[in-house]
Amino acid sequence: MKTYDLIIVGAGPAGITAGVYAARGRMDFLIISLDVGGQAAWSGDIENYTGYQFISGIELMEKFQEHMRQYGMAFKEKEEVLEISGSGNLIAVKTDKEVYQCRSLIIASGKRSKELGVPGEKEFKNRGLTYCATCDGPLFSGKDVAVIGGGNSALDAALQLIKIAKHVYIVHNARDLSGDAIMIQKVRQAPNVTVIDDSLVVAVSGGRFLSGIKIRSASAERDLAVQGVFVEIGLVPNSAFFPGIKKNSSNEIIVDSRNRTSLKGVFAAGDVTDVPEKQIIVAAGEGAKAALGAFKFLATGRF
Amino acid sequence: MAKNVKVYSTSTCPWCIRVKQFLKDNNIEFENFDVSQDRAAADEMMNKTGQMGVPVLDIEGEIIVGFDQERIKAALGL
Repeated sequence: MKTYDLIIVGAGPAGITAGVYAARGRMDFLIISLDVGGQAAWSGDIENYTGYQFISGIELMEKFQEHMRQYGMAFKEKEEVLEISGSGNLIAVKTDKEVYQCRSLIIASGKRSKELGVPGEKEFKNRGLTYCATCDGPLFSGKDVAVIGGGNSALDAALQLIKIAKHVYIVHNARDLSGDAIMIQKVRQAPNVTVIDDSLVVAVSGGRFLSGIKIRSASAERDLAVQGVFVEIGLVPNSAFFPGIKKNSSNEIIVDSRNRTSLKGVFAAGDVTDVPEKQIIVAAGEGAKAALGAFKFLATGRF
Repeated sequence: MAKNVKVYSTSTCPWCIRVKQFLKDNNIEFENFDVSQDRAAADEMMNKTGQMGVPVLDIEGEIIVGFDQERIKAALGL
């Protein structure tokens, strides 16, 4: 079996930037990812990526792809990493299609939406329940919808939906909304929004398509008739495929300032790590650091 | 003969863009329906698939949900 210099898991801002640096370092490497662009591709408007005063997530994703193509990177798309084992000079990466091996590794697998974990969620996914207001919002024009969550991503979803849907309920489990003040103000001013505080969603139901949710507060349980549910309750890191690596209590991979993990030859970058700020530009920078780190490790053998 | 290919998509979904790009790269002609604007097309898509996720492809009656490259290739005989 071929042994790559480097395998990069993930093709979001961190993974692709790592790829650019690896290509420029003439490393023999492979990128494995389920998608291109990661969470950045699903962002609406991006106004804080240097060089672009304004760019949409989709456009930035296309720019990333162009950059990948320019360097002719070996890319296994739509392949899911199931398990990674080993460290040092031989690391095995098992996917749903194949097994690969490499001498160094960068994990840049990002985060994904957290699920509600209630009955009906799986059944009604894409039949009224979604994790992406940007993609699926337009299908709910004129309908009543609920956004679950009270943070910035929930408010962002709600602000997109107030222009499309008939009525937007925001259901969250704290006393007050927790996002940016300016977004909270916009949501509160909208004529078609009802904020339901201190409440949990306990079930999702319907027929062929979703038609309602059951919500529970301290005092009561009640049904809310909605045709759309947008789940925005936060993110979880895609780190389960690597049991042997050190993670924090949120399952983020712990890295040092050089993007080294607890295992020799294994680096990590971007939102999957415990780096404090989750931003596209931060992830890109971390990807560059990780690739340069891997390059030095292969050249010197020192980790 | 060229197959009849319909794409149900929205302008904001990354996989929709990928699907259309894939079809163009392979010189496949298709008819695109923006289900965020076209209510009738949205209903048609939901009736055909029983779900609301995009993209959806209708290749001569074979319905494919999502950018499933293998199935799309097989359906198109690529």
